[in-house]
Amino acid sequence: MKKLALVILALVLLVGTLSACGSSNASGGQTTNNSPAATTPAGSAPTAGGSASQAAPAPAANVSGSISASGSSALYPLVNIAANQFKAANPNVSMTIAAGGSGTGLNNVLAGTVDIGNSDVYAAEKLDAGDAAKLTDHKVCLIGVAVIVNADVAATVKTLTSDQLKAIFNGTTNNWKQVGGPDEQITIVNRPTSSGTRALFTKWALGGQSSVEGDTSLQTDDSNALLTTVGNTKGTIGYLALSYLNVASANIATVQIDGVDPTYENIYNDKYQVWGYEHMYTNGKPNAQTQAFLDYMMTPTMLTQAGTLGYGDPSKLNADAAKSR
Amino acid sequence: MNKNRSAKQADRVATGVLYGIAAFFVLLLASITIYILYKGVLAASPDLLSFSGDGVGVQLFNTIYLVFLSLLITVPIGMFTGIYMAEYAGKGSLIAVIRTCIETLSSLPSIIVGLFGFLVFIQMTHSKWNLLAGALSLAILNIPLIARTTEDAMRSIPRSYYDGSIALGSTRWQTVVHVLLKASIPQIMTGVILAAGRGFGEAAVLIYTSGMSSDINFNNWNPTSITSPLNPFRPADTLSVHIWAIKTEGIAANSQQIADLSAAMLIILVFAFSLGSRALGRHLQKNAGEI
Amino acid sequence: MAYASDKDFTQKRLNQPLLNKKWRTEYAGRTLVTIFGIFIILLALTILGFLGYRGSATFLNYGHSVAEFLFSTNWNPGEAGQSGTVGAAIFIVGSLTVSGFALLIATPFAIAMAIFISDISPKIGSRFLRPVLEIFVGIPSVVYGWIGLTVLVPFIANVFNLPFGFSVLAASIVVAVMIFPTIASVATDAMQAIPAEYRDASYALGSTRWQMVWHIKLRSAMPGILTGIVLGLARAFGEALAVAMVVGQSTRFVDSLLSPTNTLTAVITANMGNTVNGSEYNDALWSMAFLLLLISFGFIILIRVLGRKRNEL
Repeated sequence: MKKLALVILALVLLVGTLSACGSSNASGGQTTNNSPAATTPAGSAPTAGGSASQAAPAPAANVSGSISASGSSALYPLVNIAANQFKAANPNVSMTIAAGGSGTGLNNVLAGTVDIGNSDVYAAEKLDAGDAAKLTDHKVCLIGVAVIVNADVAATVKTLTSDQLKAIFNGTTNNWKQVGGPDEQITIVNRPTSSGTRALFTKWALGGQSSVEGDTSLQTDDSNALLTTVGNTKGTIGYLALSYLNVASANIATVQIDGVDPTYENIYNDKYQVWGYEHMYTNGKPNAQTQAFLDYMMTPTMLTQAGTLGYGDPSKLNADAAKSR
Repeated sequence: MNKNRSAKQADRVATGVLYGIAAFFVLLLASITIYILYKGVLAASPDLLSFSGDGVGVQLFNTIYLVFLSLLITVPIGMFTGIYMAEYAGKGSLIAVIRTCIETLSSLPSIIVGLFGFLVFIQMTHSKWNLLAGALSLAILNIPLIARTTEDAMRSIPRSYYDGSIALGSTRWQTVVHVLLKASIPQIMTGVILAAGRGFGEAAVLIYTSGMSSDINFNNWNPTSITSPLNPFRPADTLSVHIWAIKTEGIAANSQQIADLSAAMLIILVFAFSLGSRALGRHLQKNAGEI
Repeated sequence: MAYASDKDFTQKRLNQPLLNKKWRTEYAGRTLVTIFGIFIILLALTILGFLGYRGSATFLNYGHSVAEFLFSTNWNPGEAGQSGTVGAAIFIVGSLTVSGFALLIATPFAIAMAIFISDISPKIGSRFLRPVLEIFVGIPSVVYGWIGLTVLVPFIANVFNLPFGFSVLAASIVVAVMIFPTIASVATDAMQAIPAEYRDASYALGSTRWQMVWHIKLRSAMPGILTGIVLGLARAFGEALAVAMVVGQSTRFVDSLLSPTNTLTAVITANMGNTVNGSEYNDALWSMAFLLLLISFGFIILIRVLGRKRNEL
């Protein structure tokens, strides 16, 4: 019986901690957020303590506190890499980066559960006007979207006109031989209707026309599954953010639109139209560490690195291209 | 006589078919396991096995810690509910209501549990993603499983055990704890293993509650610090969340290797846990009289 | 000693000093477990209420009719304050077909596996098969989905000579493999829990092993097996990540096992993260989640009723 009493006692303690967490966590979260003092004793580990005592000369470096971001899955890999580097320069910062989709990012930043909400689209395209106005936009980079096809089509179909592309996606063109390819059924591979990549593609490649649904159109939740689906399935056509096309794949190939290759060079020169800004939204004015991180995202070093990962540099857009959005 | 022979024939045929089915599934499951392990071994490198950079050591630690926390919550609640259903709820409509509630809970898609957990444990407490929220949400998913297996286990114990204990002057509670619970430990263990397995493999619930990244320092064991591995209020990504994130969104050249390695580690982890808890179950049963 | 009632019984017991402590523990224990029983009801009601509240917004705030939601195939909900159409019929039928077929594939195999472990070869069963089964519960759905996408889908395309292998069949097979361990484990427990006397009595009467299994064991273990099936069905309904990768996610009605379609959970998972709270799109997804709950609720009741009939035989 003594042991039973112990078990019950342990249980009560557990429930006690659980309920305590509910109330204390609110304040706990905020302390780490605002006051560096709260994190300093925590950083009693040699590395953290050491760097805290020697103040770095650069003003941007050596901020502390916590930064959290969630949202766009297309932007997630870049933010994650940037966060790791930022963290290396600022060991007292605690970073939390998550994907989840642009809607999640906007939801979370509005609700205050994250400091930064990442989105592929303007907040006004998802939120109603009142909520969208509360958020501050930071356009950190560009993302281009390319049309890709399965390798068996790629040999003969190297370019499609905008009109051919529209005809394929509205179902009037349903065999590759109609656009100079092999005699094969065209299978469309879409992203979900609410996806940011799809929104960009629909708006700038299809002129707002929605894609046909049915027998010949599949859909995948995420970009890597789309890459695999197009790579494994003959006669498929899909579209992907350029960041997913870094690693060359023998099974797929990109297709020109109106004779223009999907490259950032062409985007900067206003020749290739299927692209958009990647946004990092904050709820009003960001706090010091968040601002430092946003600044870091837009440093030349980071943007060069973003370039190698398949993201574009907004500062390189020529006047016409910049005006188009 | 004729009837007898055909019965024997049916017996032989059935035995053969059952052997066939068992063999087929063992082969299927084995080939999936070997496929995953093989890909994992191909991907393994000291760099990926480490606790820093691309390594999955942190995720491994998070997975174990989160499942442990979750079981700490799930097992007592599930077991007590199961005991109540088997021994105290009677046969009336109350038990039917509870049972329906439990089955309804267990049919919730994990993304719904995740969003519910996000609303209740994150938004309503004004906190950020954290391990404990993940563990609690996982508990919602698993309590029904433990409750059901406990109830089934206790009900399946021959009535004579119960009667014998009562006849010796034990109270019902004493009987439950010393006799029935002890006899049902192996079955409850199955429930615990299945629940832990679900915890190891679950991604959708945790993405919304415990987050998709960790920022911890293995030199810091002060549980109140946000970068301490032990702090239950820090964000954490488990192996399966990690797999999900890089399978779906990873753009690095080695992202598929990281995912393959993580999957292989997860299988080994589940296997080790399964063996370990069976052994623990046997040990508990041997010493159950002292609980 | 005779007692007029339970109350009388405990009252008299409590008056005996030696037994006092023992009975207090009894009451503490009883109270403790009762609290947990009630807790489960509250938890279920909270989630039900939460889903009902979120799910009703499509109908209350955006004025769609329940009939449109259930029977229309026109799925094009609006975002950012816009309004569109919310017909979910295709996904409802898709979910039912995929989980139904998955259950049809998995259940016979799972029960066969349970018989094998409990009666044909308990040694191989408990030493080897049980741990193997348990591993499979712990493999993340995304891994199953990925294997389905890279191995099963091309295979189906080859075998049936189709342009692509994304289909109800592929999804059902993947889900069947995923729910097989759950059903098999719970069914095995149910079979093993049957007292040995049943088996011995049956053998003593001259039954073969198969007759004993078929007539005695399966019948007595039926409630436990049904629990396994309910848990399996529940998992089949709720499974999203793996299904989404192999079902094709085409917005079209199922007309054959080889046609692609879409399911409720796949639509929810694909779009929940991309839409914001309060938009029509998001609300429609919550309505689907609520519907999913109601459908599985219906199935639970159905299987319960079937189980009860079976037991009365």
